[in-house]
Amino acid sequence: MAEIRRHDNRLGLWGWLGGGRWGVERYAYILHRLTGLGILLYFLIHIVVTSLRAAGIYLWVEGEFLHQPIFRFGEFLVFAAFAYHAFNGVRLVLVELGIAVGRPIEPVYPYRTSLNVQRPLLIIMMILAAAFLVAGGYDFLGLGK
Amino acid sequence: MRETKYWTWHMAAGVVILFLLGLHMLIMHLGGITQLFAPHAGEAVSKENSLFRDGKLFFTVTYILLLGVALYHGLYGLRTILFELTLKPGAEKAITIILLIVGLGLFGLGTWAAVTAHSIAIAGARG
Repeated sequence: MAEIRRHDNRLGLWGWLGGGRWGVERYAYILHRLTGLGILLYFLIHIVVTSLRAAGIYLWVEGEFLHQPIFRFGEFLVFAAFAYHAFNGVRLVLVELGIAVGRPIEPVYPYRTSLNVQRPLLIIMMILAAAFLVAGGYDFLGLGK
Repeated sequence: MRETKYWTWHMAAGVVILFLLGLHMLIMHLGGITQLFAPHAGEAVSKENSLFRDGKLFFTVTYILLLGVALYHGLYGLRTILFELTLKPGAEKAITIILLIVGLGLFGLGTWAAVTAHSIAIAGARG
């Protein structure tokens, strides 16, 4: 079978970041990528830092440096990025597999769009992500202890 | 066809991460609410609680599994985003090789650390 031929991205960076008139799902996808890049950056550093425990160094509990408010807030941002990326990722997988785009129908006027199925899914996933985020915020603020 | 296969793995890895990282988040970042796998006083990320989890084979195995699938998912995702800039074939090849080296290097480091930490925790528990 032939390889999939990719099209030129004439728009460059704007081709990544611009949603144009594609609707809120497209912007949700752009945010998915941005949160993914943020999580990846954190994850690569996280691997190195947590691997130090094999040498007896627990950097995240020793000293005051990583306990500064800016790092606690940064950690919460990573948590927020995870909550969004995970639940939006479930939506993207369901859409990619054709599960969340509705049944194929005859294109008879007035046309119906798969957004009738996709939009409620997006809303449900964002509510779940928000609930997870609130629980995380509750914990980060130390209210869960 | 090959890229389609890699993309399918990327999605499958995402599903695995959803469960493993979800568990990780429930333990580490919702520990104040869940109190999961943190029998010692203090935060879930304290040294004592970390050693407790490192001593469990379940955590050593899932750490390594999560490390592998998350590195694949993240680095393949980055590669996909970069390739959308319509790069020259040489640049694409260089990016693939660099990401492969970074991924394998960090996988080796993380696996070594998980296995070593497991040995240390077991030895500590035996006194």
